[in-house]
Amino acid sequence: MKGSSGTAHTQEFPNSHSGSNHLLHRLYLLQQQFYHIPAKEIPALANELDLPVSQVESAVDFYTFFHRTPRGRYDILFSNCTSCGDLSMMDVLCKHLNVIPGKTRDDGCVSIASTSCIGMCDQGPALLVNGRIITRLTARRLEQIAAHVDEEIPVLEWPVEWFEVHDQVRKNGLLLSAPFEVGSALRAAIQQGQESVLESITASGLRGRGGAGFSTGMKWKFCRAATGENHYVICNADEGEPGTFKDRILLTSHAHEVFEGMTLCGYVIGAKKGYLYLRGEYRYLLPELEAVLARRTQEGLLGQAILGQADFDFEIEIVMGAGAYICGEESALIESLEQKRGVPRVRPPFPVTSGYLGQPTVVNNVETLVAASYIAVHGSDWFLTHGSNQSAGSKILSVSGDCTTPGIYEYPFGVSIQRILDDCGATNVQAIQVGGPSGTLIAPAEFERKLGFEDLATGGSFMIFAQDRDLLAVIQNFAHFFAHESCGFCTPCRVGTTLLKNGLDKIAIGHGTAYDVDELKRMATLVKKRSHCGLGQTSPNPILDVLERFSHVIEQRLKHTEFEPHFDLDASLEEARQISHRDDAEAHLS
Amino acid sequence: MSKLPPQTITIDGQEIPFEDGQTIMDAALAADVYIPHLCHRPGLSPHGSCKLCTVEVNGRSASACTLPAASGQEISNNTPALKEERKTITQMLFVEGNHFCPACEKTGDCTLQAVAYHLDMLDGHFPQFYPRRELDASHESIVLDRDRCILCALCVRASQEVDGKNVFAISGRGIDAKLIVNSESGKLGDTDLSTEDLAAHICPVGAILIKEHGYEVPIGLRTFDLHSIAEPGLEPVILRKGKNRDE
Repeated sequence: MKGSSGTAHTQEFPNSHSGSNHLLHRLYLLQQQFYHIPAKEIPALANELDLPVSQVESAVDFYTFFHRTPRGRYDILFSNCTSCGDLSMMDVLCKHLNVIPGKTRDDGCVSIASTSCIGMCDQGPALLVNGRIITRLTARRLEQIAAHVDEEIPVLEWPVEWFEVHDQVRKNGLLLSAPFEVGSALRAAIQQGQESVLESITASGLRGRGGAGFSTGMKWKFCRAATGENHYVICNADEGEPGTFKDRILLTSHAHEVFEGMTLCGYVIGAKKGYLYLRGEYRYLLPELEAVLARRTQEGLLGQAILGQADFDFEIEIVMGAGAYICGEESALIESLEQKRGVPRVRPPFPVTSGYLGQPTVVNNVETLVAASYIAVHGSDWFLTHGSNQSAGSKILSVSGDCTTPGIYEYPFGVSIQRILDDCGATNVQAIQVGGPSGTLIAPAEFERKLGFEDLATGGSFMIFAQDRDLLAVIQNFAHFFAHESCGFCTPCRVGTTLLKNGLDKIAIGHGTAYDVDELKRMATLVKKRSHCGLGQTSPNPILDVLERFSHVIEQRLKHTEFEPHFDLDASLEEARQISHRDDAEAHLS
Repeated sequence: MSKLPPQTITIDGQEIPFEDGQTIMDAALAADVYIPHLCHRPGLSPHGSCKLCTVEVNGRSASACTLPAASGQEISNNTPALKEERKTITQMLFVEGNHFCPACEKTGDCTLQAVAYHLDMLDGHFPQFYPRRELDASHESIVLDRDRCILCALCVRASQEVDGKNVFAISGRGIDAKLIVNSESGKLGDTDLSTEDLAAHICPVGAILIKEHGYEVPIGLRTFDLHSIAEPGLEPVILRKGKNRDE
């Protein structure tokens, strides 16, 4: 059984043919084969890929889907997201299977742990088993999973309906309702010419949909003007912001528009190569995406002389991430593409002049590229007439949390928060996290605010928390997320996210004082102002927002003494108690 | 040609000339203006990770070691608010590692310690993390004590850019980031690092030390017993001390 299940696991996903020698892909295969990355395999791999041993070592330790010690033949990861996670379920499955979280069972059969948001927030609770997603977990399903693991039934033979992931589009808007004829954007572009398309994209007012909101036309223009041996297009499909899953829908049902947007960009900036960087959690999408690429090549929409244009060559390769939120930051993504740790670069220079392999590179969000495809077909006015003053067009939202119909909603920019809440059936709302943990946490008094770059900017995450939610637990979850995802490059974020996490934990367990709140505020401000990249600069937002808008959720947990040490003397005696096999009252301080 | 007026930036009200290609740090060092820093060393590519050189440029936060100087920049450097934040960052560096100065051979010659003196840091302030980090004594002449490493990557860059080797790298992620050695065994003894290399001497703390040279200069006579880190032109002295030759 062991042998056969091992084979089954390694063949679950075909690897990208063209990119099979990418370090992350090779490490993935080793992890599949050995359930960890054996130390003895590293020098050979480094030698084969012509990389320093230290570069392979450092990647193994950076990406969370690679392990130094064997995981189970069934490696189960529960999402710990506030929307698609439920760690009480993890505890239940651990009991069923007699597993300690994070530790592989002695027989090597199964390991269970938690992982950052896996993008199933409208159909959770969810988990990954050997890289495949199971949604809509119930107590019954956990029993069934336990039974299948106990019988060592290969994951490939588990009921397919467990793995179903639905689109759940609740409200179609500008992009999701428009029909798309494959190839139409490229035909339109060729007809108009490069400069004219670029003008159209610029005039449309399209701004980056990942959250930062830089003008897409300007980005393409800068890159087109930059000199280099090669230009590159990168589609950022590393959708990692907790509560965000709209790119999943676009990649599932609108892949042509995504790839066409990349090709269009390549046409405009003069790139011959594009990369789609896909988060490891979405690996299940890979076979279909590869199939779409193959179809596009067959139809002359990729490859040499696209649509008969002698000088229009473009190909797309998919590179899989391996569990690192930071790789959603464009320069960290580029580092990862270059087979390194995902550490954000110093800017300037920006990727448009010095990106992938030091060459001019456009990095665009999935949704941005889809919008660009439509703009090429329908023109800039079609786009401009939707949305608000500074925010043209529409925004595709991932709505999750406490509401009756979580899912995908597309609105013109300028829509009010209240309208969204009415549409998704959210009542008795305590707070909304707009734009994910790195965004803004707002209170009911602000529900007339509008979505848009001029008011509430968002990358698409919209997490709703009802009155009965423990908001402190929510921001504690976010603080743990950021400490886990910090790349470790700069001091403020590396140390600060851990200090913030510890500070919130202390308050949550009832040991916090007014002093700790002051410290929290001081550290949050420092991390926000002085960190190297967007991750660090936004990581304290939930804490600062709670202190500003919901200070009662912290104050009611405080101990009313001036100072309480972090050091817990009784907890520190635990090791001594274990050694002496004592747990009686006398062995405790209180 | 030379008639053009020199381009200048302003640091704390003082006008400072710069040349194209210089960072704010380069221009400041050339003008003997001290901006605290740990991960920067002239001659190596800037890194921008320690964030001690954080300044305010026209009101916006920036790292002096990586931001190109540009005409018209109004820079705040030596302000009470920035000093306080730099002190906090230094405290963070102290508590995330295991820095026991009295027992460290680098004491008195340590740049981290000297920066802490300069910023009037009297304690670590935060609870200690007490990480468990590996010590590597495998090299016959050089010891790597990761307890004291502050991840500045000076050794990484010195090895690649000056020594023409590739002995060190930063691995891992977040608070578990660590300095590793580029050899199949991961041990320093299996690399071509030599005591003549800049990488063997550049460590600003006591993480990389030359063996069999201990306490040759008595405490009280060491670099920062005699000098402040803010004194101009101290870089060569610090490096010379790293080679265990007396001043």
